Amino acid sequence: MIGAAPIIELKGVGKVYGTGTPVANTVLHGIDLRVRHGEFAALIGPSGSGKSTLLNIIGLLERASSGEYLLDGRPVSALEDAQLTRHRSRSIGFVFQFHHLLPAFTALENVTLPILIRDGVVSAQERARARALLAQVGLSDAIDRRPGQLSGGMQQRVAIARALAANAPLVLADEPTGNLDTRSSDDVFALLRRFNHERGTAFLVVTHDSRLAARCDRVIELTDGRVIRDQQIRVPA
Amino acid sequence: MRFEIVVALRFLREGRFQTGLIVFGVAAGFAVVAYITALVGGLQANTIARTLGTQPHVSIRPLQDAPRRAAPPLADPSARSDPAIQDVQVQPRAQRLRSVDNWGALVPLLERTPDVVAVSPSATGAGLARRGEAARAVALVGVLPDRYDRIVGLSSRIVAGSMRLGPGEALIGSELADDLGVGLGDPFTLASGLGTSDTFRVAGLFDLGVRDLNRRQVVLPLRASQSLLGLAGGVTSIDLALTDAFAADAVAARLRALTGLDAESWMQANAQLLSALDAQSVSTGLIRVVVLVVVVLGVSSVLVVAVTQKRREIGILRAMGATRGQLTRVFLLQGAIIGAAGSAVGAALAWAMLWAFVTFVKGADGQPLFSFTLAPSLLGGVAAVAMLCGVLAASLPARSAARLDPAQAIRL
Repeated sequence: MIGAAPIIELKGVGKVYGTGTPVANTVLHGIDLRVRHGEFAALIGPSGSGKSTLLNIIGLLERASSGEYLLDGRPVSALEDAQLTRHRSRSIGFVFQFHHLLPAFTALENVTLPILIRDGVVSAQERARARALLAQVGLSDAIDRRPGQLSGGMQQRVAIARALAANAPLVLADEPTGNLDTRSSDDVFALLRRFNHERGTAFLVVTHDSRLAARCDRVIELTDGRVIRDQQIRVPA
Repeated sequence: MRFEIVVALRFLREGRFQTGLIVFGVAAGFAVVAYITALVGGLQANTIARTLGTQPHVSIRPLQDAPRRAAPPLADPSARSDPAIQDVQVQPRAQRLRSVDNWGALVPLLERTPDVVAVSPSATGAGLARRGEAARAVALVGVLPDRYDRIVGLSSRIVAGSMRLGPGEALIGSELADDLGVGLGDPFTLASGLGTSDTFRVAGLFDLGVRDLNRRQVVLPLRASQSLLGLAGGVTSIDLALTDAFAADAVAARLRALTGLDAESWMQANAQLLSALDAQSVSTGLIRVVVLVVVVLGVSSVLVVAVTQKRREIGILRAMGATRGQLTRVFLLQGAIIGAAGSAVGAALAWAMLWAFVTFVKGADGQPLFSFTLAPSLLGGVAAVAMLCGVLAASLPARSAARLDPAQAIRL
């Protein structure tokens, strides 16, 4: 399942906040990182280690201050905002800690939102695919419910379906189980693994939970803006 | 564009309390604009129609006997430089009634003039109406009834009797009839300043809608008036009706040059009225602008709050691949939708207000003060302005929404 080509390739990526001010704060120091298609990697580290900043840069939500970033082989560091947005919608799905669904939209509409944004319309075929995805995450009965009518675990499963709806080759998950109970978080994590196996989608999961990190194929540990450990802990199936 | 429409509508529906309030605010604003526009438009059209109903568009008279001024004004510099002129005492000459020279040839010429639809010669002068003890100062208006009717539409203002004027017959205003105590068919005496007098029968009563005119005007056959006023075949003015009342100034100027006579337009004759109407238009314009500014500020502030409230959603949409342009349009559309919805509700409100005005505010005669129309073009214009204002109001919030840093907005 894992190809040789990297989906993420960072070369000496650094991030400084407040450049040119007396309180300039270097958050990332020359990060080199490659994540290949189909990998399932955990990104761990204490609070303030730069995990979120790194994930934002990889997700094209923030720009690196220095270094080079190739997303799926294409250099993206110098792209304009509109082009970044296009790359983001084509290549990256997001699962946020607080599931971040749009409260005014139903579960199904939330899942098809990336397609609506990209194409302006959602075809019947895509809608059917979205239904199938929701069925796969066990929410066949909840497709027309609003996020407010769903439990936290259910909302996170909708968010996972949404991240996968546009067929992005990379999903970035920031503490996807952060505010779920143990059972729900096991369910959610199992889903991520399943989609990784079935679809070959690469996952980069930020987590505090060492139990979950141990169930990933690879663990990348960040401290003070530097990668201090990058270890293949299991051979992917 | 469908994405933008879907999201804009959802956002508005989600904040339905806010949306409802601001739509109502916009509606109130635009109802006021539409109401004032229709009301003032109706009022002005009505005022002008009433004014024109009793006046010709252009009146041609002989030039006054010169010199006309008693003394040169002291401010006149040329007068001061020439002491000889300063000493001259110039007295105004007593103006007698003058006849329009050669009016018989002038009438067909005027009838052929472009823009002129009706020509009516008249012999007009001051007189006294008497019956028994009662005497009233009146204006003698000697006309050819058919021609005169086409200038002021007198036949539609006859309240008793008929417009037909035989020899020895006259039409008088309903108030004058009361003053003199005469009714249809009753005789009364008309005398002119020259001392000539004659007896007439009341052939009809008219109501011009202006009390003063009803009290003063006496319409009689041209020939009778000529003999009373000592004009012997002459007329004092030739009255014109035009296709376009507002072309009167231009037509009058043209006719002055053409005939060498004095041609006065109704606009010159009613300069004060027109400048009052102008002042009214300016002040209603000002009110409209202020209302629009308030509406724009109101919509803008609501959308500014909405952008702040929806930071996270905006961040999510950006992370899902929405461009800045798409988010800008989402908020511009919300402004446009608020404007459109507001103007729809506002149109209904304006209609209700005008209906109430016409229904409950009556003149002395129990009739509505004047008629109005809420023209579709006015409503269309107001709706277009409303949407434009909505978009304008949304432009600032839309910009701030588009500029939101997605990473911060989500706190990924």
